[in-house]
Amino acid sequence: MRKTLYDKLWDEHHIYSYDNGYSLIYINKHLIHEVTSPQAFEGLKQAGRSIWRKKSVMAVPDHNVPTTLREAGIKDPISKIQVDALNKNCKTNDLLKFDLEDIRQGIVHVVGPEQGIILPGMTVVCGDSHTSTHGALAALAFGIGTSEVEHVLATQCLLQKKSLNMNIKVNGKMPEYFYSKDLALLIISQIGTAGGTGYAIEYTGNAIRDLSMEARMTLCNMTIEAGATTGLVAVDEKTISYVENKPYSPKGENFSSAKKYWENLTSDNDALYDKIIDIDISESSPMITWGTSPEMAVGIDGKLPSLDDERFSSKRQDLLNAFSYMGLKEKQSVNSIELDKIFIGSCTNSRIEDLRIVADIVKNKKIANNIKSAIIVPGSGLVKEKAENEGLDKIFTKSGFEWRSPGCSMCLGMNDDKLNEYERCASTSNRNFEGRQGRLGRTHLVSPATAAAAAIHGHFVDVRDM
Amino acid sequence: MKKFKEIKSIAAYIDRKNIDTDAIIPKQYLKAVTREGFGEALFDDWRYLEPGNLGDNHALRKKNPEFFLHDPKNEGAQILIAGDNFGCGSSREHAVWALMDYGFNVVISSSFADIFYNNCFKNGILPITISEDQIKEISEYSKRKEEISVNLPEQTISFGNKEIKFEIDQFKKKCLIEGLDDIALSLEKSEKIVSYENKIKEAKPWIFSD
Repeated sequence: MRKTLYDKLWDEHHIYSYDNGYSLIYINKHLIHEVTSPQAFEGLKQAGRSIWRKKSVMAVPDHNVPTTLREAGIKDPISKIQVDALNKNCKTNDLLKFDLEDIRQGIVHVVGPEQGIILPGMTVVCGDSHTSTHGALAALAFGIGTSEVEHVLATQCLLQKKSLNMNIKVNGKMPEYFYSKDLALLIISQIGTAGGTGYAIEYTGNAIRDLSMEARMTLCNMTIEAGATTGLVAVDEKTISYVENKPYSPKGENFSSAKKYWENLTSDNDALYDKIIDIDISESSPMITWGTSPEMAVGIDGKLPSLDDERFSSKRQDLLNAFSYMGLKEKQSVNSIELDKIFIGSCTNSRIEDLRIVADIVKNKKIANNIKSAIIVPGSGLVKEKAENEGLDKIFTKSGFEWRSPGCSMCLGMNDDKLNEYERCASTSNRNFEGRQGRLGRTHLVSPATAAAAAIHGHFVDVRDM
Repeated sequence: MKKFKEIKSIAAYIDRKNIDTDAIIPKQYLKAVTREGFGEALFDDWRYLEPGNLGDNHALRKKNPEFFLHDPKNEGAQILIAGDNFGCGSSREHAVWALMDYGFNVVISSSFADIFYNNCFKNGILPITISEDQIKEISEYSKRKEEISVNLPEQTISFGNKEIKFEIDQFKKKCLIEGLDDIALSLEKSEKIVSYENKIKEAKPWIFSD
């Protein structure tokens, strides 16, 4: 039988079929951060269970960590308790962890691939919905809740029902200044935030092959915003050269045998999908979200929807709620939206390529006077170092940006980086939910290029016109 | 895990789609290291007119009188009815802990996000999926101050002289009714897990090269 990439990954990790339709699936890598793990370790302790395979775990604090004055440690006593709990749990159980002081520390979904800890063909879980990121390496990766974190710690397995297969075929040449973030928002605006529920999404088509590994990570990362817990891209030469020579990736003979295996991690020709969506992006514009759900997105050259538009007739109330929360009006043009803050970072867009794109746009320009704060938070200490070696930090600070230390930061505002009430932000993160970046804060999701252009102008502009 | 019993209660209805887990429990409460005490912060940004934090005395905070949970007729509700795609967004199980701690045992919607749906069963909460028309019907009924019954073994919701049958995965149903520890279920297969690991060590040494 012809298999999809998802079918292959599933079959390779399948241990046992129960007669109720469930399967016992083996998990290769378990990423852990401080927010969703303490209760799992506590549960394990209470049940008197031990960790099945300690070497499968990689831990890093990211959600709660300060992005300024790192050497002073964590000031917030409650955050400190949580990070200390992670430290203690990892120390007691002898688990690999990158401390706050370690240059390898950063956002868990940036660090894993960067270290070569995540490899093609693996199953990967984390108590974090953006685990879908790792599907860019053709790993079967999905987010889980804390009870399942405990389950994986104790058994190295999960009881799972297989998802359906969806193929999103993306064809056409990526237009200039249209990035994988724009593509993700375009897809979500078309299929909706529940469009992928119950599916594993594989991205195929020539436009996907043209994307860099980092751009593929951005796309797979946003898959959860379309409702699918897993996003996948098949292995090609880019995948293999990305994982080669990473600190934890296999070397020598091991690499050669792995490579042989990885090269088969593609969907068979004529493999059957339960759903296929065709998208041509040749004429697409950079995207921006205007509302309080990632599906509320339009082209940068467009206008906010009209309440009379029949396509939204069943969503009229949602539109009204979103307009009211965001302080915007129907049919308003996107470039009339003025901003207070700029956030460049998050597991979606904090890798070196993202930072280079921003530097290209802001070089020798100053951020607009109405921008109260513009912060750039690299995804890891190593991304930070690389950017500094390339002189990007100088470009950013000269333009008026703050150059921070790595962490999740203003994507969800668990540390000091957040929006105040009614502040409006152009953000390269992944969620524009009410209150996500701070109570009553207003978030617009965009690509790094569009965020950079907005920082310079103080309002949204079409980056293609700059 | 506690065993799921038949629930008879009034139902609280929130007419909103895409309620995400950030709305169910905002980020500042995720700093807790326990599973308890999230109920007072359930729907925090909507429920209170002023900001709140972990460790606050929530009784002293200014409430939003228009919020559905503050409607006296919803007092003591153990059943929550909400719009489509409930629980989307973050994987935070704290959302389920908050609902449970508040006193909800059943959530009824026309669809749920996958991770949230799964998290419910790990904590003894029953998520029920019914059609949008049925949601409309039952939410109309919930506006009256009469109780609704949820019977999991029979897979029925009863209200007035009406009954709605709902579908549910039989294994998940069994886990709830018996309060099963699914980690113990997986550990029953320990030998199979070990032999799988041995097989993979041989076939894919690179996967265990650490």
